[in-house]
Amino acid sequence: KRVRDTRTKLAPAYHLILEGILILWIIRLLFSKTYKLQERSDLTLKEKEELIEEWQPEPLVPPVPKDHPALNYNIVSGPPTHIITVNGKECINFASFNFLGLLNNEKVKSAAQASLKKYGVGTCGPRGFYGTFDVHLELEERLAKFMRTEEAIIYSYGFATIASAIPAYSKRGDIVFVDEAACFAIQKGLQASRSNIKLFKHNDMADLERLLKEQETEDQKNPRKARVTRRFIVVEGLYMNTGDICPLPELIKLKYKYKVRIFLEESLSFGVLGEHGRGITEHFGINIDDIDLISANMENSLASIGGFCCGRSFIIDHQRLSGQGYCFSASLPPLLAAAAIEALNIMEDSPDIFQTLRAKCERIHKALQGISGLKVVGESFSPALHLQLEESCGSRENDVKLLKRVVDYCMNSGIALTQARYLEKEEKCLPPPRTRTGQICVELDCCFLIPLSHIIRISVLHCIVTSRFFH
Amino acid sequence: MYCLLQVLLQKNGVSNGTLYKKTFIEHFEQAPMYVAVFTFVGFAVGTIFGYLRDFMRAWGLEKRNIAAEREQQKDFVPLYQDFENFYTRNLYLRIRDNWNRPICSVPGPQFDLMERVTDDYNWTFRFTGRTIKNVINMGSYNYLGFAETDVNALKTVTIELEKYGTGVCSTRQEMGTLDKHVELEKLVATFLGVEDAMVFGMGFATNSMNIPALVGKGCLILSDELNHTSLVLGARLSGATIRIFKHNNMQSLEKLLRDAIVYGQPRTHRAWRKIIILVEGIYSMEGSIVRLPEIVSLKNKYKAYLYLDEAHSIGAVGATGRGVVEYFGMSPDDVDVLMGTFTKSFGAAGGYIAGKKGLVDFLRTHSHSAVYATSMCPAVAEQIIRAMKCLMGLDGTTQGLQRVRQLEKNTRYFRRKLHEMGFIIYGNDDSPVVPLLLYMPGKIGAFARRMLEKNIGVVVVGFPATPITESRARFCVSAAHTREMLDTVLNALDELGDFLHLKYSRYSKSSHPELYEESRLELED
Repeated sequence: KRVRDTRTKLAPAYHLILEGILILWIIRLLFSKTYKLQERSDLTLKEKEELIEEWQPEPLVPPVPKDHPALNYNIVSGPPTHIITVNGKECINFASFNFLGLLNNEKVKSAAQASLKKYGVGTCGPRGFYGTFDVHLELEERLAKFMRTEEAIIYSYGFATIASAIPAYSKRGDIVFVDEAACFAIQKGLQASRSNIKLFKHNDMADLERLLKEQETEDQKNPRKARVTRRFIVVEGLYMNTGDICPLPELIKLKYKYKVRIFLEESLSFGVLGEHGRGITEHFGINIDDIDLISANMENSLASIGGFCCGRSFIIDHQRLSGQGYCFSASLPPLLAAAAIEALNIMEDSPDIFQTLRAKCERIHKALQGISGLKVVGESFSPALHLQLEESCGSRENDVKLLKRVVDYCMNSGIALTQARYLEKEEKCLPPPRTRTGQICVELDCCFLIPLSHIIRISVLHCIVTSRFFH
Repeated sequence: MYCLLQVLLQKNGVSNGTLYKKTFIEHFEQAPMYVAVFTFVGFAVGTIFGYLRDFMRAWGLEKRNIAAEREQQKDFVPLYQDFENFYTRNLYLRIRDNWNRPICSVPGPQFDLMERVTDDYNWTFRFTGRTIKNVINMGSYNYLGFAETDVNALKTVTIELEKYGTGVCSTRQEMGTLDKHVELEKLVATFLGVEDAMVFGMGFATNSMNIPALVGKGCLILSDELNHTSLVLGARLSGATIRIFKHNNMQSLEKLLRDAIVYGQPRTHRAWRKIIILVEGIYSMEGSIVRLPEIVSLKNKYKAYLYLDEAHSIGAVGATGRGVVEYFGMSPDDVDVLMGTFTKSFGAAGGYIAGKKGLVDFLRTHSHSAVYATSMCPAVAEQIIRAMKCLMGLDGTTQGLQRVRQLEKNTRYFRRKLHEMGFIIYGNDDSPVVPLLLYMPGKIGAFARRMLEKNIGVVVVGFPATPITESRARFCVSAAHTREMLDTVLNALDELGDFLHLKYSRYSKSSHPELYEESRLELED
């Protein structure tokens, strides 16, 4: 057998030299400075100063042309009741939302005066810090009793009511189905809530059902997420932008079928629809507990300032800590709350004013039909009607100009109308230009109706003829 | 932990001490370590008991007092997550009787509270029908004392209410601009020394509806850490990018400004369209006053715009009540957008924005409030007009100036006495908002209840309005408070401070102020 050579062989010299060089190279790399692959140009101080010098911001606000239509307000002197003095001229007021004519009511004014003597004007604090007065509590109780719900909560500004109520419940990740014609306050509330918004075509229940079905199929893909995603439908009782009502019975059916909660905005329908003025739920004879939240402002029928939400305690009580317009803002001045209570008293004592209002609305609606060049937009019993041009003059600007001339002519003849104002860049679905008219007040005498339609007829003809002449 | 007594000199790299025409003294003393420890222990105990009670409620061992969902809607997605309401249910509810206290008189220096008892540990309240009369009011924002029912004072308001009624029922752009609004706007512009002003029906809504009209996408908003909810909401609704700088810290603001201009918008590096700085005159939870001279010099250097919210400072600071601009001896042209509310110093409701004519014209056409929201009630407008005329001396008396002086005297007296007693007070020496630190959650309820027993109504604030360890009681000094009322309150505070061990300050001043106000202390950061 061969004896194995157990002596360790010495590595050849070049191995050792190579390894030595390698070790030295590693040591050098370890101690050398690192550099990035892409040279990042960190600006020098001088370059930064130059950039700061050069930067020019836009002006804070763009200049507004002097003849901008919205710049020259109509100035009203004296109380804005059904005879109104606009720019020095006395007119019949078809432009304020004074539906029940309570703006100049003596009882309301004396209640406000009594409250002024007792409480002064302002409340000097939010509701949480000594800004809760007994009149606020009384008003909330009365509203809840009137609407036949458990609880109501008052806000000091009508716009802030729905804009604070929606974000209190609907947060990021929740889904809200809202009508296209929803008013601006609802849009702002939705924007503040950061939820997913799904628009459905105005009053189109088939479209809404389609969206709900789509959502259902989405849910089946991800049931865990679906279990914590809240869903809401936001609709208005009587739409400000179109003058028609929402089909509430079908909405209730959809609510129970797809498990969605309903928020109803009743600014125009509170004090107008229903046998006793309770709004659209009374109009359709629906159980009020089926609607999760009803929000309305007191600036239309109640001729006061502010807004309220009513519903079950389970829902409303939450807003007392998470409604931003409620917790972080001063409460409603007590004289306005006292005026609202008195207005509610009048509404409860004389329920026949609602019938009178509806009758007058129908008469005006009929009288305004058939004016060539203008069409009436809105339900026959809606106190807020729109007059829209039947065919457009070409561009929105020209339409607006023509309508302005109609309005000016009417004003000169003693009828106060107004153009419906919108913020063109901010609205999601901008309604076409129109005048808002026929805001009927109960105290109007029927003899005014005929001159109104007559005057509008003449003014429209006059304006269309002259505009065609000059174009 | 060490005391931070800030005397402004070399702070923030501004070696130019002449920026400030008078000494600017603010205090933010930190409490000893054991206080923080006990605060956390207090919250921990509360939380443990909260879990215990929730457990007992879930298993039916304790009655459930919470409102519940409808039977027909039980299978809907729950509206509230149980966890969100944990704090409300278990910690806030225990001391809930200290908030939302209803009153039944004018919110002047003294008011009447409705007596309220609870039979089930604050779940529900019941009114006994009695009123607690003449409680000293240290909680309402009545800085100049215009919340009054004096018949002579309210004469014009009564007349206007009779003439105009209560509501307006229309928006500013349609049929809602009354001659009263025009008169009020002219008066506000004269009062502030600017070209034009516009008024709105609600102070909160003034911010949340006008900031989106001024800035939009592609703009940058630099907002103070402790800004009010309305400013934050307005900034969010505008769609602009928001960056927060530390409270009243000019270095933080300058760094943000430089980085913004040098690096531009994130990712695209396009230049910003405009940069706007949102600050408040007096911060209502801290009592600190904004460092206006430095902010204005920064804004001029970097070409940014300044939006100053003077909700608490208009009428309350300044030699003639014109706000922080006058307090620092600056001109109203230095601030681009002057905003304020009428709720606090004028005893009414609503807000205004004032500035150059171009700005106000733009807001008249583009503000959300002008187009969609009702205008101010005319009687409320008249109250503001009469208060402002009184303040400006246009009614022929010096009553307005007297009120401002009285407020200043009351503020200094109150703050000095509290410092001497050894409480930790935050804020500027000239601010009528006085936060007194309580720290521990147990003391919040005890403090408010015991003060009410002594017939003094105070406001206490805890989490989430303040940081969790810094609960406080907040006093609002009014010009209508007499020296006797303030002394009553101070004596009660002295007693209660000893009883509840609230005197945490290690630097109670002697009653010889001249000795320390002249020294200049090196500041540490």
